[in-house]
Amino acid sequence: MTNETSNSTNSSTANDDHPVIKCDGVYKIFGDNTAAMMAKSNGNIDVEAFKEAGCIFGVNNASLEVHKGEMLIVMGLSGSGKSTLLRCISRLTDTTNGNIFIDGEDLLAMNAKELMELRRNKMGMVFQSFALLPHKTVLENIAFPLQVKGTSTEDSMKRAMDMVNLVDLTGRENYFPRQLSGGQQQRVGIARSLAVEPDIWFLDEPFSALDPLIRKEMQDEFLRLQEMLNKTILFVTHDFDEALRLADRIAIMKDGVIEQCDTPANIVLHPATEYVAKFTNDVPRERVLTCENVMEDIGIDSDLSELKVPRNAVIETVAEAILSEDKPVAVVDENNEIVGTLHASHVIHVLFGKDEPKPASASQATGV
Amino acid sequence: MNNLARHPKLVQFAALLVVFFILCFAIEPSENNILWRLPAFLSAVPEMLNNSVEFIMFEWIPIQTYNVEIEDYEESALMIEITRSMSRAVLFGIEFIREILVGGQKTIVAFTSWDFISENDWAYWPALPWTVVAGVGITLGYALSGRWLAILVGCATTYIAVFGQWVPAMETLSFVLIAAPASVVLGVFLAVLAFKSKAFENALMPLLNVAQTMPHFSYLVPVTVFFGVGDHAGAIATVIFATPPMIRLTLLGLKGVSPEVLEAGMMNGCNKVQLMFKVLIPTARHDILVGVNQVIMQCLAMAVIASFIGAKGLGFNLLLALNQLRIGQALELGICIVLIAVVLDKLSLGWANKQIDYFADLSFVERHKYSLIMTAILVAGVVLASIGSLIFKDGINYFYLIPHNQGLTTENFWQSGVDWIVDNWYSSLQVFNVGLIVNVLIPMKNAYLSMPVSATFVLVMGVGYIVGGLRSALVVGGLLLFIASTEWWDRALITAYMATFGVLVSVTIGLISGSLCAQTRFTTKGILLVCDTFQTFPSFIYLIPVIMLFGVTDTSVLIAVIIYATIPATRYTVEGLSNVPQSLLDAGSMSGVNRFQRWIHIELPLAFPHIMLGINQTVVFALFMVIIGAMIGTDDLGQLILKSLSDEFGIGNGLMLGLCVAFIGLAVDQILRTWASERKKALGVA
Repeated sequence: MTNETSNSTNSSTANDDHPVIKCDGVYKIFGDNTAAMMAKSNGNIDVEAFKEAGCIFGVNNASLEVHKGEMLIVMGLSGSGKSTLLRCISRLTDTTNGNIFIDGEDLLAMNAKELMELRRNKMGMVFQSFALLPHKTVLENIAFPLQVKGTSTEDSMKRAMDMVNLVDLTGRENYFPRQLSGGQQQRVGIARSLAVEPDIWFLDEPFSALDPLIRKEMQDEFLRLQEMLNKTILFVTHDFDEALRLADRIAIMKDGVIEQCDTPANIVLHPATEYVAKFTNDVPRERVLTCENVMEDIGIDSDLSELKVPRNAVIETVAEAILSEDKPVAVVDENNEIVGTLHASHVIHVLFGKDEPKPASASQATGV
Repeated sequence: MNNLARHPKLVQFAALLVVFFILCFAIEPSENNILWRLPAFLSAVPEMLNNSVEFIMFEWIPIQTYNVEIEDYEESALMIEITRSMSRAVLFGIEFIREILVGGQKTIVAFTSWDFISENDWAYWPALPWTVVAGVGITLGYALSGRWLAILVGCATTYIAVFGQWVPAMETLSFVLIAAPASVVLGVFLAVLAFKSKAFENALMPLLNVAQTMPHFSYLVPVTVFFGVGDHAGAIATVIFATPPMIRLTLLGLKGVSPEVLEAGMMNGCNKVQLMFKVLIPTARHDILVGVNQVIMQCLAMAVIASFIGAKGLGFNLLLALNQLRIGQALELGICIVLIAVVLDKLSLGWANKQIDYFADLSFVERHKYSLIMTAILVAGVVLASIGSLIFKDGINYFYLIPHNQGLTTENFWQSGVDWIVDNWYSSLQVFNVGLIVNVLIPMKNAYLSMPVSATFVLVMGVGYIVGGLRSALVVGGLLLFIASTEWWDRALITAYMATFGVLVSVTIGLISGSLCAQTRFTTKGILLVCDTFQTFPSFIYLIPVIMLFGVTDTSVLIAVIIYATIPATRYTVEGLSNVPQSLLDAGSMSGVNRFQRWIHIELPLAFPHIMLGINQTVVFALFMVIIGAMIGTDDLGQLILKSLSDEFGIGNGLMLGLCVAFIGLAVDQILRTWASERKKALGVA
């Protein structure tokens, strides 16, 4: 179990680069006895004792940080506690124990009014079942968060219309949700969550209810939006492929515990637990790994081919070129300086052997 | 033997029946035998109720009030002042709307005095010409839902006006326009409270159960005691009667809102009020609208019954016509009530479905199109009425108001139809009638009356135990104990016998016709439409044709019961059968079942829990109709309830009798509902 976030209990780090979302030892425990057990435990939660008393751990000691403009994907199967964790962070459910900070402010200490203001101005959320208001049109749904905030009808409708255009629903603004397909409904959900220009964007399995082709289309759409808007994102999914495709970092959850939280490449290359490894086994590595992940150090053998590949290129995109070269290929960084070499046989070995690539080079790939 | 072992419940039921019959034959019918009839433990309760109501009403917390007439302060009880001011407020509302529609002076009086009226001849609020009301209605229909509703409203209003029922119809309308919104608001308010507080819900639910199984009549007695007699009392009784389904449906709707929608509302930054009024209630709209629809139906059903305590309008005239056996006129009035019900129902639906266009850049005229049209109609109607006063010289202005005796009437047609039936079919109808009474009804009634009370307890509690375990048995037993401890056990048995007969026939008819109609999509739609239409009719209407055919007998009541109670039986059968998953039917087809096998082996077992709920409804409907049948003359609980209405100290008896009826319904409800939910769970279709 590796949590790559720091476990420092000192939360008031006066750092400019403080995380937008910070969870510290978050517990969500269900069960009738929970309150009594918590009173007894004095903050030291003994998992076994709680379970014996009939408590169920939705979230078990989760700690994570999401930085500005970063997309963290929480991945887990159903019942793993991923949605519960998201609901703790959006405070849709009450956290049993632990600390959550949004922009350095203590979320759990906020009163109802502060929470409401936070949600009205800083947060947006997209739901699995779209959660559109059935009695409102597309336009009214998107304008809804603005209207509850007290924005004038004219302004909120104008803004909502911009959002309609942003998610490509122009011409359907007067439709009712029931008249739209699933993909279109989720576009409305996305537009609604973005209407107040939130800094933090929560997405709870937004594409899980959609057909595979539509899902792919919506993922592309989502990446397009994120490129444009650069939000801080917490995204929950049960689809590992989706996580690999979209995430900056992935947190894998099982039974309420974060098993591993790392970049997609590191998770594929160095699964922390057997559970994580089960997911990574069947992953097409060429789609996840970059040249940097699999390159070797520049050896004595400097007899390189003419071809140079950028270090952040995904293997899939350069594989054919590398394989057609006899000699090793140079991997270059942004300044066109050679940082490593790739040999076809080695690439094949990493991709299709169940062997790990050289740990030395892989460890450089941590961070954001 | 194997078969028996596979159905343990069947064995239990058989054993129960054996015990039941042994008890029936073994127990000596004697007044002193406690196993035969329980002594009336509760016979003093009505008196106590009377006294306590009397106390609360006239003695509890005396306060000083100023009496205008004697120009001095006098002592009065708090309660009576409260109910008086409520009565006044409700009455003012009704009178106000009524006088807009048909003219009058009482609203002016409310702000001045009768002296003012007699001094000033001009002080009379003129009625709107019927053309204006019709025109506004048509415009409203068009604005809310389009051409078809406009045509419907046009036809309905014209019918009412042309048949000379305008004034009573408007009286009924004013009554509904006060009672229905009040019920809706009260219902939503209580439902919201129940949604917020589990404790409140737990307290409310049993009350609702009793309220919804109490016969209409028993509401009238307490209302007359607290609020007197008149339109306001009728309206208040109606509100009390129409609110429970509103609460229930609103609560159902609120609870059905998906948690994600609720969360979406919270994440969008709604405060509590916004969450309730902008997210929860609109999202639960469908159920709430069904509730509104129910309220309107109940209001119109009560429009007839409330006329027992002095509500004016169509219902009052209908009651008179029925009492005088003027079938033709009763039929016309019945049609008017149904038309008002349908129009109000459609208008309220249309209103709820309306939407706004935000980007339409409209001019003043476009924006206020409908208000302008309505104003134009008002002016045109008034002008037309003035012209009418010049054309029609005999003092009757057909463009203003068609009085009762000047309208068209089909009464003679219907009356001669009835006469024709009596002339030609009388003997054969009479044979059927007498045959039914002598061969079926009287033996059945006697069998019910010769049941020892202990045997009844064993049977009913036994069924409760087999179906729902100890808890059900105790609940059912408790309800029964209450009835057995009153002095009306025999009457209750008669009610039970009539209801049983009605339910048996209704369920048979409902099952067969429902199953037949569920076979094709077309007939399914057709029968549901028929059920919808029939359900719109106030229950009283059903008495009209049966009296026409069978006169004033038990048979008439039972046939009305059967027609009325067949509606839910049929509807639930059709719904249950058509909700059987297609995949199962396909699986059956691929196994090679024929239609009958499919019905027996696949459709019926899966639909049965739902049909069971239909039977439950059938029981409640049948009980209501049996009680209303007291109008025609029966000798069951209903008759006593009707009697307590005209009794000055009727409140105790009226309430206890109402509870007896309600408890019969609740006992059946407890058993059937438990059984249905067990089956649903077992079948995994809950």
